[in-house]
Amino acid sequence: MTGVGQRSLWRDAASRLAANRAAMAGLVVVALFAFVAIAAPILAPYDPAAGDTRNHELDPFWGDPAYRSAAFPLGTDQLGRDVLSRLIWSARVSLLIGFVPVSIIVTIGVAVGLVAGYYGRWADLLLMRAVDVIYAFPELLFVIVIVTAARGTWIGELGSGIVLIFVSIATVSWVGMARLVRGQVLALRGLEFIDAARAMGASDRRILVRHVLPNVLAPVIVAVAFGVPGAMLTESALSFLGIGIKPPTPSWGVMINEGFTLAIQSPWPVLMPAVCISVVMLAFTFLGDGLREALDPRA
Amino acid sequence: MTVTARGPVAQGSTASHAPHLLEVTGLTMHFPITQGLVFQRQVGAVRAVDGVDFFVDKGETVGLVGESGCGKSTTGRAILQLYKPTKGAVLFDGTDLTKLGGEAMRKQRRRMQMIFQDPYASLNPRMTVGNIIGEPLEVHELAKGQAKLNRVQELLRVVGLNPYFTNRYPHEFSGGQRQRIGIARSLAVEPDFIVCDEPISALDVSIQAQVINLLEELQSKFNLTYLFIAHDLSVVRHISDRVAVMYLGKIVELADRDELYKRPLHPYSQALLSAVPIPDPAVETKRQRIILTGDVPSPVNPPSGCHFHTRCWKAQAVCSEVDPEFKVHAPRHWAACHFPG
Amino acid sequence: MPDLLDVKGLETRFFTRDGEVHAVDGVSFRLAAGETLGIVGESGCGKSVTALSLMRLIPYPPGKITAGTVMFDGQDVLKMDDDEVRAIRGNNMAMIFQDPMTSLNPVLTISRQITEALELHLKMNRTDARKRCLELLEMVGIPSAKVRMDDYPHQFSGGMRQRVMIAMALSCNPKLILADEPTTALDVTIQAQILELLKKLAKEFGTAFILITHDLGVVAGMTQRIHVMYAGRIVEKADTGELFANPKMPYTWGLLRSIPRLDESRRAKLRPIEGLPPDLINLPVGCCFAARCQYKRDVCTEKEPELKVVPKAKPDHEARCWGTQEGGWLVDVDYRTDTTVMAAVGAAS
Repeated sequence: MTGVGQRSLWRDAASRLAANRAAMAGLVVVALFAFVAIAAPILAPYDPAAGDTRNHELDPFWGDPAYRSAAFPLGTDQLGRDVLSRLIWSARVSLLIGFVPVSIIVTIGVAVGLVAGYYGRWADLLLMRAVDVIYAFPELLFVIVIVTAARGTWIGELGSGIVLIFVSIATVSWVGMARLVRGQVLALRGLEFIDAARAMGASDRRILVRHVLPNVLAPVIVAVAFGVPGAMLTESALSFLGIGIKPPTPSWGVMINEGFTLAIQSPWPVLMPAVCISVVMLAFTFLGDGLREALDPRA
Repeated sequence: MTVTARGPVAQGSTASHAPHLLEVTGLTMHFPITQGLVFQRQVGAVRAVDGVDFFVDKGETVGLVGESGCGKSTTGRAILQLYKPTKGAVLFDGTDLTKLGGEAMRKQRRRMQMIFQDPYASLNPRMTVGNIIGEPLEVHELAKGQAKLNRVQELLRVVGLNPYFTNRYPHEFSGGQRQRIGIARSLAVEPDFIVCDEPISALDVSIQAQVINLLEELQSKFNLTYLFIAHDLSVVRHISDRVAVMYLGKIVELADRDELYKRPLHPYSQALLSAVPIPDPAVETKRQRIILTGDVPSPVNPPSGCHFHTRCWKAQAVCSEVDPEFKVHAPRHWAACHFPG
Repeated sequence: MPDLLDVKGLETRFFTRDGEVHAVDGVSFRLAAGETLGIVGESGCGKSVTALSLMRLIPYPPGKITAGTVMFDGQDVLKMDDDEVRAIRGNNMAMIFQDPMTSLNPVLTISRQITEALELHLKMNRTDARKRCLELLEMVGIPSAKVRMDDYPHQFSGGMRQRVMIAMALSCNPKLILADEPTTALDVTIQAQILELLKKLAKEFGTAFILITHDLGVVAGMTQRIHVMYAGRIVEKADTGELFANPKMPYTWGLLRSIPRLDESRRAKLRPIEGLPPDLINLPVGCCFAARCQYKRDVCTEKEPELKVVPKAKPDHEARCWGTQEGGWLVDVDYRTDTTVMAAVGAAS
C-alpha cells in the first residue's frame, strides 16, 4: 500500500476522538493524573508516611488563619502528615490498581472469550459455567471474600497488600471481559465476512487475529476505560473498609478511612481524596464514552 | 432417507465423457439440535440438506432455486466445506473435498470462491477496501507490496469501481458498490468456480441489473463456472444454463433452463413458476395461478414420503409413503415425483 | 362524486445531523373510493414515507410534514388534532406493514390485538368483538381459526402473520388500506397467496387500496393505476395497462428494462440504470433523474420539469420529463427499440 493518504481505523478514531471536547477534557485529566502518579517522588514535598504530631490537623490554605501553615498548603491529617503529599502518592497506588489488574483481565478475558466464542464446545461451556458461578455473587462481595481469606497469607503482605488486590480484582473480573468478548465473537461469527475469510482460505489464526480481534477491540477498549476507574473504586472501597492497602502506604481509600472518624471537626482530609476519586472517575467516563463513539467507523 | 445412487451424476457422466468440474453425490447436511446444561445430548436435527445429487460443468451456470429454508444456501456452503457435510461426496475436479484435511482444503480454496448475499455483513467493516481485496492474495501468497496494490487496483477496475478507492472503508459505499467489492475479492485468486449465494437479493431493482451484467461479463472474460443460488426465478432464468429446484432439503427437479421453464414436471416447480408475478398486466390478468395451500413444513420433522405431498394437489396415497426417486424423464431432465408432468 | 383521497403538494422532511432530507417533495395524487393504486419505486424514493405521512405516522423528531394537504373523505388529515387522527387510523384508514414479524405485538394474543381495534373504534363488547374476530380470521384463511385465535404471534408463520395483519386492517371496514410492501418479506408461493387474498377482499368489500412496492410484477396484476416515484416525487402516473404498454419517463423505461422477465426465453443483456439515486439532502438542480438518464439534454440539468399530461397517450397519463412533454424529443420514442435514439443522442452531444 502506498503511504500517501493511508488511512487506518485507529487514525480515523483518533481524529474523531480529538473532535470530542468532553473526551479530550477527560483525556487531559487522565494524563495529568498519570503524570502526577509517575512523578510522585519529585512532586510530593514530604514523605507521605512520616508525620509530625505537632502539626496535626492543620487547615488547608483557605481555612482558618490560626490553624494553617504555608508549609502545608492542603493542611495535615490527625497524625500531622502532609495531605498534599499523601494525595500525590495515592495517585500512584490508584494508577497501579487501575491498570495492572485491568491488563490481566484483558489478557485472560480476551483470550478465553475468543476461544470460547470462536470454537465453542467445551471451552464455551466451561466459561459460561464459570460466569454463572461468579455472577451469582455481587462483585465487591466476592473481592472482599478473597481479600479477607488471603490477607493473612504471604500474598497479603506483598506490596502492602497491593498485589492481593490485583489478584482478587482480576480473579473476579476476567469472566466479565471473557463474556463480553465471547458475545461479540458469537455475533461476528454469524456475519458473512467471517465466512468470506474462511472461503478465501484464511487459517483460523488469521481469522481470529485479522477479522475477529479488531472487531471486538472497540468494546474491549471501552470496557477498559470503564474498568480502570472501577478497579480504583474497588480499591478505595476495600481500603475504606480497612482490608485494602495496609497503612501507612497512602491511597485515597485509606485516606478516607483514616479521616472518616474525625470528618465532622476536620472534613478536608476526607473530602479531598473523595474529590480526587470523583474527578478521575468522571474523566474516565468521558473518555470511555468518547472512545465508544470514536471507534465506530460508521458514526 | 434414501440417497439415490443413480442420480444425475452417474447418468450425466455416461452421457458426456468430459469429467464434470463439480460432482455432488448424496450431499447431506444435518444440524444437530442439542439440549442439556453441561452434558449436551442430541435431541433432533435440522435436515437442511437431505441427499442432493447434481453436477456442474466447466463454464456453465447452474441455478439453484427454492424458497427460504429449502437448503439452497446450505448446499452452497457445504460444497465449499464451510460446513462439514454430514454425508455425501463433493468431487471438485476429481478431488473429494469432504476427505481433505485443513491445509489441503485451504489450498483448494484458491480455485473456488463465494459471493455473499449481504453486502453489509460480508465485508469486514474495519478493513479498507484495499486490504479486503488484497487479503486472498496474501493468504495464498500470490502477491505482496506494490504488486499486490497493482493487482487490487486492476480488480477494482474490472468490477467497475474507481481503482483509487483502496483506502476507503466499506461503509463509504452503496450496497451495489459493496457487492462489487465482494466480487473483486472473490476474483482475486483467479478461481475456476464461484458459488453466488443470492448475490443480488439485497439490492435495489436498478442496481440488480448492474450486478447481473457484471457477473455475466466476468464469466465470459475469465471462463468462470457459477453455482447461482437465488429465490428469484426470473433472475435465475436469465443467468443460468441449467436450473435445479429445491424443496425441503432435496432437489426435486433439474433441467436445462428453457426446458424447465417451459415444461416443468414437478408440481412444486409448476406452482413456483406460476406464483412469480410478471410485469405485464396483459399477461398477468390472463394467467392461471396455482395457489399452494399452507406453509413449508419444518425441516426438523419433514413429511414422510415425498416432502411435498402435504401441499401437492396431485398427491395420492403412495406420495406419503414412498420417497420418489430422482430420475431422468427427458434428456437432461430429472425430477423426483410419482406423477410428473 | 368527490375523491376519497386527495393529496396536494405533500412534503415530508427529516431533519438529521447531516442536513435536511427531502424524503417526500411535493407529491399530489387522487384516489376514488374503491380504486386500487400502486406506488412503485426503489428504496429511498419516498413511497413508504408518503404512506406514513397520509396516516400522520411520521416520527417527530426527526421527521416532519412540512407542507401540503391530505383530504381524506372531505377532511384534511394534516389539520386534525391527535384525537381525530387516532379515530381515523385503523378505522377508516388502515395500514399493512412490510414486516409481519415485528408489526404484531409479541406479548398479546392474536385475538386480543384484533378485538382491541373493534372495541376501540366500533365500541363493540368483548363477546361481539371475539365473534367478529373469528369471522375475520376465517375470511383471511387462517386454518382452524377458532383454536388459533388465542395463540401468540410467534406461533404463526410469516405468511399467516401477514394474513392476521390483513384481518386487523379489515376489522373496522376501512375505506382505504395502505399496504406497504406487504409481500416483500415472504416467499413467492406465499406472496401469491397473500396477493390473491388482498385482491379478493378488496373486490368483495369495495375497499380502496394503495399498494406500495418495488416490484413492478406485483402491481401489474393488482392495481388499476400506477404512480412511479423517484427521489421523493412522482415521476409518472398512468393506468396500469397504459404504463406497461406505453411508459413515458426514462426512469420507468430503465426499471422495465433492468428486470429479467420470467416469460422471456431470449437471453438478452439487461440494460441497467447506471449510477445511483441522488442524495436527498443535496438534490441536483433540474430533473432529479438527469444524472442517470441516457436521453438528457441541457434543459434537464437547468430546470426541473413538471408532472404534465403526455401527448399521444391516454388522457390521464402524466410524466415528469422534458423529453416527453409537448414538442419534446422523446414523444415518439418506443423504449423497447430505442437504440437508434441512443446513437443519435450520442452524436448530438
